[in-house]
Amino acid sequence: MKQLKIFSVPYLVWMLVFILVPLIMVAYFAFRTADGEWTIQNISEVGQYANIFVRSIWLALIATVICLVVAYPLAYALSRMEKHKQSTMLLIVMLPMWMNFLLRTYAWMTLLGNNGIINNLLGMIGLGPYKLINTSGAVVLGMVYNYLPFMILPLYSVMEKIDKSVIEAASDLGCNSKKVITRVVVPLSLPGITSGITMVFVPAISTFIISRMLGGGSNLLIGDLIEMQFLGNSYNPHLGAAISLVLMVIILLIMTIMNQFSPDDQVLI
Amino acid sequence: MDNIVSLKDIVVEFEDGEQILKNISLDIKDKEFVTLLGPSGCGKTTTLRIIAGFLEPTSGDIMFDGARINDLPPHKRNVNTVFQRYALFPHLNVYENIAFGLRVKKVPEKEILRRVGEMLELVNLKGFEKRSVNRLSGGQQQRVAIARALVNHPKVLLLDEPLGALDLKLRKEMQTELRKIQQALELTFVYVTHDQEEALTMSDTVVVMNNGVIQQIGSPADIYNEPVNAFVADFIGESNIVNGCMPQDCVVEFTGRRFECVDKGFAPNETVDVVIRPEDVKVIPAENAKLTGIVESVVFKGVHYEMMVDGVDHKWMIHSTKAEPVGAMIGMDFDPFDIHIMKKTQED
Ligand SMILES: Nc1ncnc2c1ncn2[C@@H]1O[C@H](COP(=O)(O)OP(=O)(O)O)[C@@H](O)[C@H]1O
Ligand SMILES: [Mg+2]
Repeated sequence: MKQLKIFSVPYLVWMLVFILVPLIMVAYFAFRTADGEWTIQNISEVGQYANIFVRSIWLALIATVICLVVAYPLAYALSRMEKHKQSTMLLIVMLPMWMNFLLRTYAWMTLLGNNGIINNLLGMIGLGPYKLINTSGAVVLGMVYNYLPFMILPLYSVMEKIDKSVIEAASDLGCNSKKVITRVVVPLSLPGITSGITMVFVPAISTFIISRMLGGGSNLLIGDLIEMQFLGNSYNPHLGAAISLVLMVIILLIMTIMNQFSPDDQVLI
Repeated sequence: MDNIVSLKDIVVEFEDGEQILKNISLDIKDKEFVTLLGPSGCGKTTTLRIIAGFLEPTSGDIMFDGARINDLPPHKRNVNTVFQRYALFPHLNVYENIAFGLRVKKVPEKEILRRVGEMLELVNLKGFEKRSVNRLSGGQQQRVAIARALVNHPKVLLLDEPLGALDLKLRKEMQTELRKIQQALELTFVYVTHDQEEALTMSDTVVVMNNGVIQQIGSPADIYNEPVNAFVADFIGESNIVNGCMPQDCVVEFTGRRFECVDKGFAPNETVDVVIRPEDVKVIPAENAKLTGIVESVVFKGVHYEMMVDGVDHKWMIHSTKAEPVGAMIGMDFDPFDIHIMKKTQED
């Protein structure tokens, strides 16, 4: 045991320096004025941005649901393939992730633009042009495209561990393929579902690049709001810290609710 | 009695072109306890999977109650399986595991309660209802697996080495238990094992398989007393198998000596396998014996002694109630009807 403790020291130091200290600093800034006074004004000011919070949560939620719906059957099919095919398919699924995040999102800008490829193609058959870019739909698309692998991976890794004979046992006992999914595969992949949701929802709710590039000015998200407080014209790190803190609390709340649905022995975060 | 399951010329070939089952034909009668017996890898599980519907044969027909069911998916077959490694549902407790099939069929809650209760009693797991299946011993998991299949009252129950993981004592108990259940509920059991003793004690009919080919189908007594080839003889109980030839009907020559036997119909001087059970070797004084050997080892086996005797060209295994001293020269003789002559199988 003693030896194991020594190995954990670097990690503890890391946690202290890069997680705990910044967290305390965020909290500290959130409750201070620019003049160095204690205050709760920053927190109460966050209330003005309620609509942005609601939009962020809403768009992140939609993106998460779409990711789940798309990734679930994909991950299941993947997990039931023969072993050697699985690794090849997994590689293909993960391939977009090898491209830089910004580049991928830029690509969507040119695809969705008013004179973009999609509108041009639609124009050729006499449709459009449609307003695709700078819509909340485009933001959701960007989120789904970028975060889908984060849904597929945890789902796949849980499903891959489901014994083939357990699936066969279900059909042996009278389940058609739909019932096999609802009665056996879903309950057994619950840990994968919850961690997939977490891994998509958390980055989606706090993204600012995607909304900036695909959402135009009208689809401001919490991430943009925070960024503006630190780097934008409305420089106010205290408000920025307060918004971050509120966001963190919201995420924590949502994750706590999520954990109610996962089996006792598999609590997330 | 009618056949409940029939396999007709079943061939199973996997992607690499290797034939796992080579023309399996098998009739299983209603309410019969049939055992598929053979060494590991001979295709027993594959045969069960064909009957359960998890695997489609490359060619051949599978009949159930007179109807061809090749295209019927597993969930529509009136067959349940006890899987080789249990395959219990890890997210459900003991009660829900057993109730699973009934719930899928939307059986009323009251009846589920009654039938699961019956099963728990049958497999001796009362009081374990709420227990997670992950916290059961191998034997208990096994019994849940049996109950989970039986509760559906299938016409045919397929059991894939169901007692493989149990210790000897529990194994014996469960063997008797399973046989009782099968007779009480009047079910057809297709039972897979690689343990010949298990096969002989439990079954009405034993199907001996090797390398995807059925070697022999018969009652336990037939299989034991009249093995059709050296493989079956060797696999069912221990045997002395020596090369020999048949100079004429009712005479066989092996280890350079001629013996009287009861088999006929072989070509003159056809080479054959000669099979003699260890308990059929008679120990006689060496002086006037045709065949002699030196006792190499003697091991007490409970009911009899097992002796290894080094004779001419062959080491003999002898089971006898009387031990001979190690190093002694003894004579051996055989009754004509204890010498089993078998055609050489093509493989050797
Ligand atoms: N899906 C498969 N693909 C290729 N070969 C297989 C497959 N399943 C089983 N086999 C092979 O078929 C043979 C018979 O297997 P099995 O029926 O499980 O044997 P048993 O149950 O008698 O031990 C084995 O050699 C095994 O390697
Ligand atoms: Mg097997």
